Amino acid sequence: MSAVSPREIECAKDELPGVCARLYADESCGFAGLIVEERGAEWELRYVFYRAEAPGWVHVVQRSPVSDTVFPSISARVPAADWHEREAEDLFGLKFSGHPYLGDFVLHNDLWQEGLCPMRKGFDAAKPVLKREPDPHWKPRRIVHAPGAFVMPVGPVFSGVTESAHFQLETVGEDVIRAFPRLFYKYRAVEKIAEGRPLEHALLLAERFSATTAFAHALAFCLAAERIAGIEAPPRARALRVLLAELERLRHHAGAIQEICESTGLAVAASQAAILEEDLLRISADFCGHRYLFGLAAVGGLARDFLDGACRNCVSQAGEAGKRLDRLEKMLRTSSSFLDRLEEVGAVALEDARRFSLVGPIARASGLARDLRKAQPYCGYEAFAFDVPSEGEGDGYARLRVLFAEARQSLRIMKQASTAIPHGPVRAAAALTSSGATLGWIEAPRGACFHWLRVSPDGAIERYRIVTPSFINWRGFHFAVEKFAFQDFPIMLASFGLSAAENDR
Amino acid sequence: MSQWVLRGLKTGIKSTPYPARAEAAAGISPGYPVMTRYPGATARAVAGVCPTAALKDVGDRVEVDYRRCVHCYRCLRATETPMKWEPGFERSTLNAGGRVLDGAFERSVHILVVDAGDCGACLNEVRQLDNPYYNMHRLGFFITPTPRQADVLLVVGPVTDPMRVPLQKAYDAMPGPKCVIAAGACALSGGVFGPSFAAGSGVAGTIAVDVEVPGNPPPPLAILHGLLVATGKR
Repeated sequence: MSAVSPREIECAKDELPGVCARLYADESCGFAGLIVEERGAEWELRYVFYRAEAPGWVHVVQRSPVSDTVFPSISARVPAADWHEREAEDLFGLKFSGHPYLGDFVLHNDLWQEGLCPMRKGFDAAKPVLKREPDPHWKPRRIVHAPGAFVMPVGPVFSGVTESAHFQLETVGEDVIRAFPRLFYKYRAVEKIAEGRPLEHALLLAERFSATTAFAHALAFCLAAERIAGIEAPPRARALRVLLAELERLRHHAGAIQEICESTGLAVAASQAAILEEDLLRISADFCGHRYLFGLAAVGGLARDFLDGACRNCVSQAGEAGKRLDRLEKMLRTSSSFLDRLEEVGAVALEDARRFSLVGPIARASGLARDLRKAQPYCGYEAFAFDVPSEGEGDGYARLRVLFAEARQSLRIMKQASTAIPHGPVRAAAALTSSGATLGWIEAPRGACFHWLRVSPDGAIERYRIVTPSFINWRGFHFAVEKFAFQDFPIMLASFGLSAAENDR
Repeated sequence: MSQWVLRGLKTGIKSTPYPARAEAAAGISPGYPVMTRYPGATARAVAGVCPTAALKDVGDRVEVDYRRCVHCYRCLRATETPMKWEPGFERSTLNAGGRVLDGAFERSVHILVVDAGDCGACLNEVRQLDNPYYNMHRLGFFITPTPRQADVLLVVGPVTDPMRVPLQKAYDAMPGPKCVIAAGACALSGGVFGPSFAAGSGVAGTIAVDVEVPGNPPPPLAILHGLLVATGKR
């Protein structure tokens, strides 16, 4: 992991928006997230910024007594902080003066008692809380007021096999003016139930809260825990971690491509991509035991070793799948009826992507070519040759092309990782229990992901904060879903490929 | 567009021979730990490795509660005396008093899938049932978007609080006879998430479950087996 330690800036409350805005206006800085901690008699708010082009982190820290719950909002000048402030208001009961719209976010107002803040230290996660009976007359907020305008609710149970989320499509007939997502139907309070648990148990939560990218999240957790303990995974484990992380990216992207094909109704292409996804799931399980790479990441390295031959075999099988993925791309790019449904659909402008610090394939499709593997390398990624594909249009077709190009780069990295796997152990000797707090980060398949971990001297988790790419990018979904035709909605959802589980935690 | 027709034909038939014959491909199942015999003290130590209390020390052996197993592989990799693990996937069971849909449902069963807070993996495995490998249509299983047409309610996830009412409403809106399948460790026991203030300890806390499909996530063939149990074919 990169040895650069973060620059910490502590500032007075009234200076906070100004300091954050200055950091953010520097175009190469991205906003990683707001980490709120209740530490004894003090609030500690940590605004994390990362340099998008060179290694480097800046933490703006704000401390104040717990009785003082009002903080200035920075979201007018750092729009990416918008949802972070809304979440902190809901879960900690903090107020952000100047924020235009707080409330009814993680905790749905029709269900939760007002003033109940589950992330406060005094709140017992094991005890069930009294919920309100849902109000049968609850109505969504309407923004569009025009003759004939109405709101079409979609979800939380909708369509065939979809994650639970609710969308309010505001329409005046044929066209949808805007779509308003209401998320957190799957809020499992992962950050809260991790508190007080030993690292080994919290790792299970990190691995399982968004299992379509399980290895990435487990790895980010382990990287943070290793930094706290002052240990590093041995070289062999680092190479194998890269191999597994890229295998997961390849499989995830095949699945994302499958969903895009299916959303446009191109049946043969959807089937071809589905075969590829299943093949990659089987290759994963044949290689390591589990189709979603569970039970591999461990603090200090990996939970098991692999034969070098098995690694090469896995990479050559994945390479075969990669060839078929290339053929699928070629065929899709000459299918005009398919392209008609993707082009200019759900476009995100570069300016918006930057303002909201979007990450992953969605940001790269809009021309924001950020990648933590390049900017803040971990696990020895600096030693691998690979490109960061990017496009300019920011529409559904650009996102599809980025997915295909990234899958090719993943294979390129896997081949390099499997040719020269260093010999030696796969797990570092366990460190004496040490305490502290640090950030683990990773470029997960859906984009940059940040895990903040604070461990107490007895080895239990004190605070675990996960900023996921889906949480960051759902905020960008707003820009894409304005003034579109009803039948394009599934295509927009698919081309964003966001996970509700990863967002809701 | 003829390229797609040709590509489809060239791909040939991919469907698994299951359930008529056994499926032998590699990587179709994560495997499951099975009851293993140990001398007393070892049994206690091995059972202690399990973070979710899925392993029970019963004197001379360790037994497995499949509702709780989350495939962390610690009883295989983090102990000197590992449990036996077996491949295979036919581990769905019919609950006592559980309803089986047979007779009129021979060739056409419609399934409503409800995500009650899953991590994405169970749902992704359900999605795979529609891919050419598993092709559940050939067995008369169809996914439906509406409870009004559904015969089977397939639920994944520990049942988070905001999903409790939608799940109950979906169940109530289904016409009888109907059958409830809970798939995955979360839906059976809450998994690593529940019970807590935000999530329950599985589907049974909200509606009665007829068929249980263990796994974290259960692979597609395990879910298919669960559907066969629900229709009395297994």
